[in-house]
Amino acid sequence: MSAHRIRRFAPIAGALLLCAVTLPAQRADMAAAQAADREQTADQQVRHVLSRLTFGARLGDYERVRAMGVDAFIAQQLQPGKIPDPVVTPLLKELDAYNKTPAELRRDYPPPAQLQQQLARAQQSGAQVDSQALRRQAAEGRRPYADIQTARVLRAVATERQLEEVLVDFWLNHFSVFGTKNAQMRYYLAQYEREVIRPNALGKFRDLLGAVATSPAMLTYLDNFQSTADTGRPTLGRPMERAIADRRRQQVLRQNPALANVAGRRGLNENYARELLELHTLGVDGGYTQQDVIEVARAFTGWTVRPPALAGNDDFLFNPLNHDAGEKKVLGTTLRAGRGVDDGEQVLDLLAAHPSTARFIAHKLAVRFVSDEPPAALVERAAAVFTKTKGDIREVVRTIITSPEFFSADAYRAKVKSPFELVVSAARATGAAPDRSPQTAQMIAALGQPVFGRQTPDGWPETADEWINTGAILNRINFGVAVAAGRLPGVSARSWPLMQELAGRPRDEQVDGVARALLGGEISPETRQILVDGNNPLAGGTASDDEPPAMGRGRRATMGPPPRDAVRPDPQMGAQGQMTRAFQNLPPLQGLQQIVGLALGSPEFQRR
Amino acid sequence: MQRRIFLKQGAFALVTMGLNPSFLRRTVLDLELPAAAKGKVLICLFQRGAADALNVVVPFGDRDYYALRPRIGIAAPSRGAVGSTAIDLDGFFGLHPSLAPLHTLYRDGILAPIHAVGSPSATRSHFDAQDYMESGTPDNKGTRDGWLNRYLATHGTCESGCTPTPFRAVSMTQQTPRILQGPQETVAMNSLEEFSVRAAGSDAQRLESLYRTGRADLVHGSGTEMFEAVKMLKAANPQQYRVANGAQYPNSQFGTRLRQIAQLIKANVGLEVAFADIGGWDTHVNQGGATGQLANRLGDFAQSIAALTQDLGDRMDDVVILTMSEFGRMARENGSAGTDHGHAGSMFVIGGKVQGGRVLGRWPGLAREQLFEGRDLALTTDFRSVFSEVAQTHLGLRDSAALFPGFTPSPLGVL
Repeated sequence: MSAHRIRRFAPIAGALLLCAVTLPAQRADMAAAQAADREQTADQQVRHVLSRLTFGARLGDYERVRAMGVDAFIAQQLQPGKIPDPVVTPLLKELDAYNKTPAELRRDYPPPAQLQQQLARAQQSGAQVDSQALRRQAAEGRRPYADIQTARVLRAVATERQLEEVLVDFWLNHFSVFGTKNAQMRYYLAQYEREVIRPNALGKFRDLLGAVATSPAMLTYLDNFQSTADTGRPTLGRPMERAIADRRRQQVLRQNPALANVAGRRGLNENYARELLELHTLGVDGGYTQQDVIEVARAFTGWTVRPPALAGNDDFLFNPLNHDAGEKKVLGTTLRAGRGVDDGEQVLDLLAAHPSTARFIAHKLAVRFVSDEPPAALVERAAAVFTKTKGDIREVVRTIITSPEFFSADAYRAKVKSPFELVVSAARATGAAPDRSPQTAQMIAALGQPVFGRQTPDGWPETADEWINTGAILNRINFGVAVAAGRLPGVSARSWPLMQELAGRPRDEQVDGVARALLGGEISPETRQILVDGNNPLAGGTASDDEPPAMGRGRRATMGPPPRDAVRPDPQMGAQGQMTRAFQNLPPLQGLQQIVGLALGSPEFQRR
Repeated sequence: MQRRIFLKQGAFALVTMGLNPSFLRRTVLDLELPAAAKGKVLICLFQRGAADALNVVVPFGDRDYYALRPRIGIAAPSRGAVGSTAIDLDGFFGLHPSLAPLHTLYRDGILAPIHAVGSPSATRSHFDAQDYMESGTPDNKGTRDGWLNRYLATHGTCESGCTPTPFRAVSMTQQTPRILQGPQETVAMNSLEEFSVRAAGSDAQRLESLYRTGRADLVHGSGTEMFEAVKMLKAANPQQYRVANGAQYPNSQFGTRLRQIAQLIKANVGLEVAFADIGGWDTHVNQGGATGQLANRLGDFAQSIAALTQDLGDRMDDVVILTMSEFGRMARENGSAGTDHGHAGSMFVIGGKVQGGRVLGRWPGLAREQLFEGRDLALTTDFRSVFSEVAQTHLGLRDSAALFPGFTPSPLGVL
């Protein structure tokens, strides 16, 4: 573990190179930053922690963090339990389907398909049915999914425990599940976020891993709930029990062969075992073999979800009758025959303590917090802390976000926002009231990152090259314009105090005011010039219409009240309709609105 | 991926020195890929939800068919009952009556149905099966990219040279589908109208300026490319191309999207791979027979495809349309006059050079012992064989190993 060497004279050059901006750097700040082995200036450090430990700065956050000090802010955010959260708590209570158990959700919000079948049957038999009521109920059936999406956005926008929320986002993505894999998944999502991920987001990795392994969401998503000992393998349970179970299975299958997958098409399913090794712990090059995958899958046979038909909640259930009772050998360790649920627990112990896991998790956290290609020395140090503290996530994160590498010039503004981060940061910067409808979540989906909508188990990308492409940039620019035009109720600038404050001011002051709020005051001379006067500094045509710029230099812009009909949310709109309608017939932006639209659509706002 | 970033940064670095980026980018690519494109186009259409192959291409000659489907079976062809019975193809198979528009293509010899085709995976999960059909790697969930994106990486028709445009691969969908995901650039759009900067002229100009100045990085580079793509589409103005040859697209989302794919082809924007999907095939309940739920879906599906082929006219010599669905449905109808998830399904291959007018694939039979796991149509053709053949024969791909690692295709002779 060698100390990271810092280039002493990089800070000034780095700052100039990266943002081409000069700031009134105070000598004392510079000295303090250098004393702490940090390349970033004091101001940059404030912006940096706000862009990495939170989903984006709100109005006043810069001043707050500068006053309390960057290190005090980090220390505070690492102890979320001690931060009061008065705004979010009552808002979450309004989201009925976010707060219920899977069984309560299934009772209160039956699957839409089930209701549609009822409707179809009733219509066919000619019976009088209240089809309106059934349709309404079917629409309600989407709430378990909609409410958890809304809750995710709402918390990210409004919680004071921002670092915890960033880590909830990180772990939900690391242990990604797909919300519409089947009709049951929607009932598991809220519980997964509330009880599995959140309590462990800054806890011990082994606890998190165990909570995920026994969660209905993961057991369902990666099929372990139906993984059973292969035919011919010994299972646990008494012979009589096994015979009864076999007979019952045959009966069910005779009555409804379509249940073959659920009712016990006996056999090993390797899906969870493979992803557990490849994506959750060791990493693809973490040193395991195909035989390890099979052995791990055998260890987890019988780990399933209590079926809804049985009384009680959808809890974890170990079914010994489906557990492969033979001996297994995982990563060189022998699990002796005939043990049961301890097999899987021991596999999780082995994996959580494995050096490959320490490196894999440390690297991924460094990618989230530092840069797409984090320095190897930092990853090594963070991995060592992971090992030394037996997987204490808080300590690993602390190591990363207090490191010289975190505060290096290279890391500054080096990350590109995901669509979730983009939309949430816009909502936070504009100071919009938290959206209690699913519309903000739908906008995030339209930008390419639906909450719980990643089909593949690898989760959403953490790096820029996967998020930035032709279509993505177009959508992001249109998003900025639509927000400025007041088309998105969840992210409206209308309630933004700064709009009133800046109204009637000269345009260059307005530009600086907007840049301060949205870009942390960091704006390149070129960008500032374009926002101020709209002149294209490049000769030649552009992709746009050849209309003359509407705003002249030095013109005093005015900001009237937004048109009353600008926002007309339709709660029934899907993500597609949302995108289409939000962007239809956008008026030419005037004055302050225009500055906000340009700033939100600018390359600078895509970064954090 | 490295190359992509390099190009963006390289092109952009010179922009700030006053050079035109489109000129520059083309020069860079021209060095790599000197000659002209062949203009071949592949259009992939995905029926999401598992279409009931046995009622799409009806095996009326198989005596077990009607025993399995007493309520929803499609009656054998009969001269007096056009529209309510199967349309005879070869004395054994017939098309669902809603597919009459496709029968014309079959008679013209440019449409070939393939039966008992699909994924060898035994999964009956929509999610997994779509994943496998789009990644092209059945039973392997670790594949990160889609097989069409892997095709783009091999250059295909560009192998002997051409200039890839931003519109080389276009998906008419909200998001990039799994089949096109990967490191190669693709464009996903809801509609042609939506692929534009939604800002008034001067605002759009300013936004473009923001991306043309400043750092030479991925964000600026992609932004610059995007403004160029928008400009290119605007100049090509695909919407100016009217529907030709009296084709009539249904007024559905699917019909509209196929019409816009035709417009992109006519506008010569360099389209090589197009994708669209259509849902509503998961017919567990009251699926209907010659009329009803499935018949309505098939009507939209067939009319849209027939309009596309008619609209494109002679251009169909350079076009292949490939339809697919994640799996077929159970051979026996269920208790709700519908069908549950099954195994093998059917596909259509349509194009001017397709050796059509015959049903391809070995028919495995519907007797109990012939069915997969005693319940579903068995598989005799791996979907990768069809995809490989189209990529090689139509698009000129030399070696399909890059598309489907470890798979040895058995060509059907469809092209």
